[in-house]
Amino acid sequence: MRTLFKTSYGFDIDHLVDPGERIRVGLLIAGALALPLVLSGYALSEMAMFLCYALAGLGLMVLTGFSGQVSFGHAAFLGLGAYAQVWFLQRGVPFLVALVLAGLIAGVMGAAVGRAASKMHGFYLAIATLAFAILVETVIGAAVPLTGGHMGVSVPPITLFGYEVQGGWQTYYLYLAVLLFFVWGVANLKRAPTGRAMVAVRDSETSAQSLGVNIARTKITAFFASAFITGVAGGLMAHQLYYLSPETFGLGESLKLLLMIVVGGLGTISGAIIGAVFVTFLPNAIEILRMVLPSGIAHQVGLEPFLFGAIIAGFIIFEPDGLYGRWRKFRLFLETYPYYKRATFTRQKRYLKTGRFR
Amino acid sequence: MQFTDAMHLLVIGLAQGSGYALVALGFVFIYRATEIVNFAHGELMMLGAFAVLTFAELWGLGFWLGAAMGILSLGVFGYALDALVMRRVIGESQSSIFILTVALGVMLKALAGMIWGYTPLVLNVPFQGTVDIGGMVIATNRIAVIIGTVLICIALYLFLGRTRLGLAMQAASQNQLAAYYSRVPVKRLISVIWAIGAMVAATAGVLMAPVTQVSPEITAIGIKALAGAVVGGFGSIPGALLGCLLIGVAEPFLDYTYPPLQGVYAYAIMLVVLLVRPEGLIPQTFRKKV
Repeated sequence: MRTLFKTSYGFDIDHLVDPGERIRVGLLIAGALALPLVLSGYALSEMAMFLCYALAGLGLMVLTGFSGQVSFGHAAFLGLGAYAQVWFLQRGVPFLVALVLAGLIAGVMGAAVGRAASKMHGFYLAIATLAFAILVETVIGAAVPLTGGHMGVSVPPITLFGYEVQGGWQTYYLYLAVLLFFVWGVANLKRAPTGRAMVAVRDSETSAQSLGVNIARTKITAFFASAFITGVAGGLMAHQLYYLSPETFGLGESLKLLLMIVVGGLGTISGAIIGAVFVTFLPNAIEILRMVLPSGIAHQVGLEPFLFGAIIAGFIIFEPDGLYGRWRKFRLFLETYPYYKRATFTRQKRYLKTGRFR
Repeated sequence: MQFTDAMHLLVIGLAQGSGYALVALGFVFIYRATEIVNFAHGELMMLGAFAVLTFAELWGLGFWLGAAMGILSLGVFGYALDALVMRRVIGESQSSIFILTVALGVMLKALAGMIWGYTPLVLNVPFQGTVDIGGMVIATNRIAVIIGTVLICIALYLFLGRTRLGLAMQAASQNQLAAYYSRVPVKRLISVIWAIGAMVAATAGVLMAPVTQVSPEITAIGIKALAGAVVGGFGSIPGALLGCLLIGVAEPFLDYTYPPLQGVYAYAIMLVVLLVRPEGLIPQTFRKKV
């Protein structure tokens, strides 16, 4: 394994210490900036959608990846953000202010759900989010004067400082800027005391509490940050969908977000991005699969959710570290060949019966 | 609303709540033994209803034989689910296990949709028709759900307290290591617990079938049962039963009062209870101070 010698204090607080990592991230950002030169029209709007999903995945990653709480209803925050964004824009609030307000509304709702379940075992939160998501979908459908109900509501265009952002590369760059801002923010969060407290709560509530971490507050903070980011992603997504209806943000969408972070790799920022790439290309892969499968199975409605479930289950059973974890193992294999040993990545198993709280 | 209407809604609510309670019984049972919250329990219930439907209607075996075979096959399925899947993830982080059970549930639901389709199917049961109780006309199948739930609760209570196997299960759920030392085959026992949980869920599916019909959509009962169990306090079986009954009874009244939000009151009640009294109505487990 490569040894990094610390030659300045900067090493302790740098985001990317490994030179190889710096080059890779730099190349990725350069590639993302150059993309509108290559792509155009439909493909670029697909990429903008991908950026929205990456941002939403980043939000869920803060909650599930960092603080170890599961949300089965994160699409509800996406929906709250999207509807709030439209509502504010319709009332003439400037785009950026509306986006922040949309995030705040989602965040406050998230903190309320987190507050309800923060004192209890993790699954209370999981059930609470599931219930919350179903409730939000129904309420959005029923609150016709506010949201247009099941008829849907159309989304106004983006206006930034009096300048109308039209489809294509302008939207793409705007979304990319927002995503990069939040990636930077989450990276900062992860090395700050708040983020470290989240990771501590995830790894062991007992140890975290004995080190003076306020568990309930950490969980609520994690939920607020997570819902805020997802709400902003929802606000951006609204402009890509053009037309909102409550069904868009159902349980299937929540499952998609979960799929993203599980496939990408729980607990890493790269995981959210990799997962978003995976989810964006999954429909294409399913289309190809439909051609191969016998027609009796290929045209079933249930095929897509079944594959989603199967992929999640497969990753959790066989590769809980996700694609990013697989890549890290592969890299270490190359770096340390022939001294690679599997035990490096063996995770410590936790048997709850011994450290049982409640 | 008149008195008879209210009584009618009450009976409907009790029947509905008993159905939730039966499902909740299964996963609280599993939770107490293994600390795994099975989010796929509603799907097991649906699978049970479909299995019975297949044996009884499609294969023409008749209701009673079909029900017995369907429930037994769900027992086998539950055993296999633990032995092949859930046992592999023991010791993984809790969040991964939740996500896994949800993923399994989604797979089962999609699979059922592929095999049996999404149109609601009718299961013919012997307890159809209505009875007249003091001027109130009530469908027999709703009474059957209530009676069935009471019977199963008594049976499980006797099984856990009076039989060797039941005592071994209690031992395993209280302290696995100590149970091992006393020569209790904990691994196999946990699989048996999953089998029993699945069988109870299948029974719930059969009893609820005349009320809800059989389709992949009845898995929503599983989520409502989870909500009920949270309301009552997840750690204890009586608490979970009470919570489910409460939610079942409250639902028809609230649906009647304000119909636009029909069907989601169970979740609203749960969120309110969580905000006001997070440990559930009957707290059973206490928070350990570090």
